[in-house]
Amino acid sequence: MRKKTLKFAFAGIAVVSLVVGACGGSDDEATEDTSAATEETTAPVEECTTPTPVKLQLQWFTQAQFAGYYAAQDQGFYADQCLDVTIMEGAVDITPQNVLADGQADFAISWVSKALASREGGANIVNIAQVFQRSGTLQVSFKDKNITTAADFEGKTIGNWGFGNEFEIFAALTQAGLDPAKDVTLVQQQFDMAGLLSGDIDAAEAMTYNEYAMVLEAINPATGALYTADDFNVVSYEAEGVGMLQDAIWADGSRIDDPAYVDTATKFVAASLQGWAFCRDNVETCRDIVVSKGSKLGSSHQLWQMNEVNKLIWPADGGAGVIDSAAWERTSSLSQSAKNLEGGTVLTAAPDDGAYTNDIVTAALAMLDAMGVDTSGSAYMPITVELAEGGN
Amino acid sequence: MLMRRIAYRSSMFVLAIALVVALWEGYKVVGPQDGGKLFGVSILPRANNTAMPHVWTMLSRYGRPEVRGSDTKIWSVVLSGTLFSLRLSLVGFFLGTTIGVGLAVLMSRFKVVQRGLLPYLVMSQTVPLIALAPLVVSWGGKLEIGSFIWPRWLSASILGTFLAFFPIAVGTLRGLASAPAAAVELMDSYAASWRQTLFKLRFPAAVPFMVPAFKLGASGAVVGVVVAEISTGLKGGIGRLIIEYAREATGDPAKVFTAVFGAAALGITMSGLVALSDVLLMRNRPKETSA
Repeated sequence: MRKKTLKFAFAGIAVVSLVVGACGGSDDEATEDTSAATEETTAPVEECTTPTPVKLQLQWFTQAQFAGYYAAQDQGFYADQCLDVTIMEGAVDITPQNVLADGQADFAISWVSKALASREGGANIVNIAQVFQRSGTLQVSFKDKNITTAADFEGKTIGNWGFGNEFEIFAALTQAGLDPAKDVTLVQQQFDMAGLLSGDIDAAEAMTYNEYAMVLEAINPATGALYTADDFNVVSYEAEGVGMLQDAIWADGSRIDDPAYVDTATKFVAASLQGWAFCRDNVETCRDIVVSKGSKLGSSHQLWQMNEVNKLIWPADGGAGVIDSAAWERTSSLSQSAKNLEGGTVLTAAPDDGAYTNDIVTAALAMLDAMGVDTSGSAYMPITVELAEGGN
Repeated sequence: MLMRRIAYRSSMFVLAIALVVALWEGYKVVGPQDGGKLFGVSILPRANNTAMPHVWTMLSRYGRPEVRGSDTKIWSVVLSGTLFSLRLSLVGFFLGTTIGVGLAVLMSRFKVVQRGLLPYLVMSQTVPLIALAPLVVSWGGKLEIGSFIWPRWLSASILGTFLAFFPIAVGTLRGLASAPAAAVELMDSYAASWRQTLFKLRFPAAVPFMVPAFKLGASGAVVGVVVAEISTGLKGGIGRLIIEYAREATGDPAKVFTAVFGAAALGITMSGLVALSDVLLMRNRPKETSA
């Protein structure tokens, strides 16, 4: 690690001296320098002697939710861009946007509403690519509870994970005219779905790609077979109109004006999106990559997750990773209007213009288009995944 | 005599485990499947197979692969995780012992240090471990002391140290002060130096206080390491396995118990090691009454 830090420092010094040279040197020198820089940004570098070290902080443990990054690493897309990417897993007490703001990572994956709350709190971070275009949050309940929309939450026990994963629930409650403090019983939910199956929770929070699969992998004691989708009602926050933007690539705002950092970011976003495009077309290969990276979740669960995550990304009409201003507006305005238990909101004011930029992802998409990578996935068709008991 | 005592102890151990198994399975037979509730508050745990898997289901889970299609059986994963955490706990425990005993000696030598430091030691233990964990872990790969680069695993050990040193420091301090006044005066009358008194009188007198303190410290080291692994996601240890398997508790409830038993085995191993030191250090003394 020490060597990498040193290299990074040297790279930084090199860039500074380039800039200084460009400003202070003779005209000939300046032309030389800029032409070298343009070469670097436009095409993948043929000769890569010292790859740029990049640290990416994930939100959670290795799983197909992050398959695109692992695929880009495994398939050499990062190496093609002369990047040496270290993927750091998340954990219970690791907040990716804070790790990024503290300078311990170069990029981080985080949900938009959570990251904006951190940004309002002073973390200088910028959304440079909106990988997940749709929200994957559900509220799952048994059929007999008759919960088909957020308005049916009234008087029910509603599970949520906290840690900023509950904002959509508050948004849905606010939209339905319910008071989170009085009209529903909000309970903290474990990372498994036992609370729902045992009846402690009427409607449990679930991601389409993870917890929803967990209930479909559990044995229904009444039939002795696995639960099926027919046993449950599902409230989708995206369908309710309160879906918030989720997994996005965040960059360090304090370095966003540094041309070397922007160059690295562009290459990183391009290679990552290339990884996601690869996972769209090679669902099972990506499942195997994630499993080989040490995921402890079963393989049918992982395949389900890969497929569901693909549905959140593709098709990407405006181009993968592009931040849709309407969706951004919706996320930020919901974050300002949705009342939580204490009557407060996630954000007190609208995020400023610097909170996101499409410049990097646009440049990255241009690179990918030149390479012939399909970045809209307009012909994308999800596969059908059959879950096995325990997800194995 | 010793052999008989060992045979007796181990048969009691087996009996105790059999009793726990019988209680577990017995409760599964008579206990309410959906838990007992009193005025809407759950007071009895659920006896169903999701909340309390059968003992044989949990044990047989060890023999099956971790995930379908992999050759790695769960017992080998849990075993290697336990050994990994054991190493971290041992490092944490030894650091904790060094710091704890060192502080105790310092505090017994200089009363002013004791008065100044002890309140801070007590206060240090009120800092929640999960608040410290991300901070300490962030040292990993960043901190360099000379040519020594701070590895990530060492942070987990440090959190073990953090929990281990306190009981050891306090126990040792109490032990060092426990030398009879007459004996101290005798040493003084011999014009014994402070160091001679320390090694010939105070430490031997402190042993009965230090051994139970070490036992507390050893379990503290395990708790610290496991919590650090859970909180920061350090790969390879038993704490990480617990949280990873817990995610699958909905569909595969027996899996998480395999890791929990691994953590229990880790704790038993650590206290077993301390008990061994107990046997060595206390061999010439009257036994502790409670065992």
